[in-house]
Amino acid sequence: MSTRLHTGLLALALTVIGLALFAYKLHLGIPLSEDDASDVWTVEARVTFTPRPDRSVKATLQLPDRMPGYAILNENFVSRGYGLNTQRNGGREAVWAIRRARGPQALYYRVAVYPDETDRDETAPAFPPRPDLEEPYATALQELVAEVRQQSADIDSFAGEMLRRLNDNSPDQYVDLFLDDVRTENDKLRTAQNLLAGARIPSRIVHGIYIVDDNREATVVPWLEVWTGQEWSYYDPDTGEKFVPDNYLVWWRGDKPLLDVPDASDEQVVFAVRKNLIDSIEVAERRASLRESHVLEFSLFGLPVRTQTVYTVLLLVPVGAFIMVLLRNVVGIRTFGTFTPVLIALAFRETRLLSGVLLFTIVVALGLAIRFYLEKLRLLMVPRQASVLIVVVLLLAAISIISGRLGIETGLSVALFPMVILTMVIERMSVVWEERGASNAIVEGIGSLIVAIVAYLVMSMDSVAYLTFAFPELLLVLLAATLLLGRYTGYRLTELARFNALSGGK
Amino acid sequence: MLSKIRSLQQVGVIGINCRNGDFIERYNPRRLFPLVDDKVRTKQLAMAAGIAVPELYDTIETPHDIRKVEQLRDRYTDFVIKPAQGSGGDGILVVTGHSGKNFRRHNGLLVTPEEVSHYLSNILSGQYSLGGHPDKAMVEYRVVNDPIFDDVAYQGIPDIRIIVFQGYPVMAMIRLPTRQSQGKANLHQGAIGVGIDLGSGRTLGGVHGNSVIANHPDTGSSIRDLEIPEWDRLLTLAARCFELSGLGYLGVDIVLDRNQGPLILELNARPGLNIQIANGTGLRHRLRAVEECDSADDVTRRVAFSRRRFAVQAPPMADELLQPAV
Repeated sequence: MSTRLHTGLLALALTVIGLALFAYKLHLGIPLSEDDASDVWTVEARVTFTPRPDRSVKATLQLPDRMPGYAILNENFVSRGYGLNTQRNGGREAVWAIRRARGPQALYYRVAVYPDETDRDETAPAFPPRPDLEEPYATALQELVAEVRQQSADIDSFAGEMLRRLNDNSPDQYVDLFLDDVRTENDKLRTAQNLLAGARIPSRIVHGIYIVDDNREATVVPWLEVWTGQEWSYYDPDTGEKFVPDNYLVWWRGDKPLLDVPDASDEQVVFAVRKNLIDSIEVAERRASLRESHVLEFSLFGLPVRTQTVYTVLLLVPVGAFIMVLLRNVVGIRTFGTFTPVLIALAFRETRLLSGVLLFTIVVALGLAIRFYLEKLRLLMVPRQASVLIVVVLLLAAISIISGRLGIETGLSVALFPMVILTMVIERMSVVWEERGASNAIVEGIGSLIVAIVAYLVMSMDSVAYLTFAFPELLLVLLAATLLLGRYTGYRLTELARFNALSGGK
Repeated sequence: MLSKIRSLQQVGVIGINCRNGDFIERYNPRRLFPLVDDKVRTKQLAMAAGIAVPELYDTIETPHDIRKVEQLRDRYTDFVIKPAQGSGGDGILVVTGHSGKNFRRHNGLLVTPEEVSHYLSNILSGQYSLGGHPDKAMVEYRVVNDPIFDDVAYQGIPDIRIIVFQGYPVMAMIRLPTRQSQGKANLHQGAIGVGIDLGSGRTLGGVHGNSVIANHPDTGSSIRDLEIPEWDRLLTLAARCFELSGLGYLGVDIVLDRNQGPLILELNARPGLNIQIANGTGLRHRLRAVEECDSADDVTRRVAFSRRRFAVQAPPMADELLQPAV
């Protein structure tokens, strides 16, 4: 009983550790499945212009810097032949330069962003000076500020009230005065800024786009940021409401033009937005590093890509082994060798199932024929096995060559079968064939194939591959289950048939 | 399916997982396995303990030894060659005589010395051994069938398998070779398994493959109610193998020789489960009964306990057996 208890406790401990790590990583935001991956958006700014002939070109594009609700995952520039510089000049800017350019030019800036609330701009800005205005504006401003202050309690409500008045259909006399010169949306925002500055409230004009999937021509929409004393708040410039849409991505701030290309015509920026799912793991890592969590620094995602691909396969082997345990000890399927079917299943991953089974059967059948022939020559065992191995390699090569000639590409992948394993299968099968008869050999051969197929089907599920790779700690739970199965002393399913006579044929 | 599991549990049938996990792992220390896996060592142990075994004529351990084959042919008219670490009766060559320089097998076929040499080198390189380890071949006395088996053994020697648990015989069967099994006493290869009543030493029903039978498929003779001679001596012999090997869960294979009586053929640390089918009942209840009784050092008392406790039919001298033997 004590070993049973021991095993149980060990399994329990492993499960707890595995699930705890798993839960913690889920909490950090690693998605449970690839489909649940947090949204990553790729925004592409396509910059086009036609430079004047024989002039050097210098194009300045405003780049996203601090985006409320979003963070940058990665960014890149496509600009063949151009010198590229990014600089801080208020916000972030990219400066492309080239000595000579002819005809229409196209430059690209691509940025991947993901929803993230952690990065907030909380540095207090300098208070703006009161605008130095001529009469009657100065008095009007003074009166307006006094009136709005009367009707508000704090900066929040002050800004809201001011913007409401600015957007009122029948503006009062003071506001009307300021609206005289307003032609565009930007003018209005600038006026709003001035009015707020009258109360020494810092504000900024921001420009951004709405993030909608497959939006090929996103338009730039301005918004108003107001410093409320603790943080920047967003006000809808058209209604004065304090809110910002979830999918509003701030691109740049201030009065600067998005694109500035002196000595060029037809300059234009087109934004395209696309949803992107692959980089979700990277997002989780980025988040973890922002929270200063070190768990993910030890994840497999930190490995070089080549090593990662090795581990995606390697981490599936325990799953295959577990299936093997289930099928052998609970179902009771007989196989050649303990883990041979798992290795065959791994080979199936490369060859695909149907052609894999076909190739495996062909190689083993041919190998068996050769093995029976060699038996007649009375060779010693080790040289005989070596001969079979050599023949197997030649068979693999022959199948590859023939199928290559016939243009059947799957035939080429036969080389991925573990040849030593194939040799052992052939040797073992021929011994069983001779000792226990053909039926036993075929039963065990088919059993191996069935286990390999089941293992392959499970191992080739994308979700399984993803889970083992993103959460290798789940293998601890698998280990616990395997340990418990190691103490399973019940019947195997096939034994129910074997002992049929004893169960009264029920 | 659940009702099937329940009825199997009721009869006390144990499966492979249970045998391995609850009995072999627990009662058979792994370090003792080589004693029974190597039949030469088993034989030496048995002889040292005064237990009768088929006489060992010679062993062939190196390729150089293979040339001894010719001397064997000249020295002994009949003998058996088997791999020392073979299992399940695989790789056994029974020679019953010779014709010129060729050997005559038990089924009348002739084999050339070259064929025998090749076969021996296969044994040495481990073809028949567990895990393919290099092996040796042993040459031993050929058991001559006891006449009582003449009608129920087809071209081979029946052997009696007794499961001994903690020194107590718990179940027994006799395995009869058939045409299908090619003279081998291996159930997997088509031999018949016939359960034996531990109390009386008389055979119960038999199984061939998965079906219950009453007659031998080749000879047609009844396989029921055969009386195994010297049953008490056989059980005692088997029970003594517990002390001999140290293995708590043990399969003892015994043959009955016409001249020498019961001989221990081999011991098995992982005895198969088909014995349950042959006896029409499971092992679990009997194993439990042994686990619960106070273990006795005295072999005769253990045998008496088993004959009394595990009898299916009333033992012939039941009253006598109940008295502790002196």
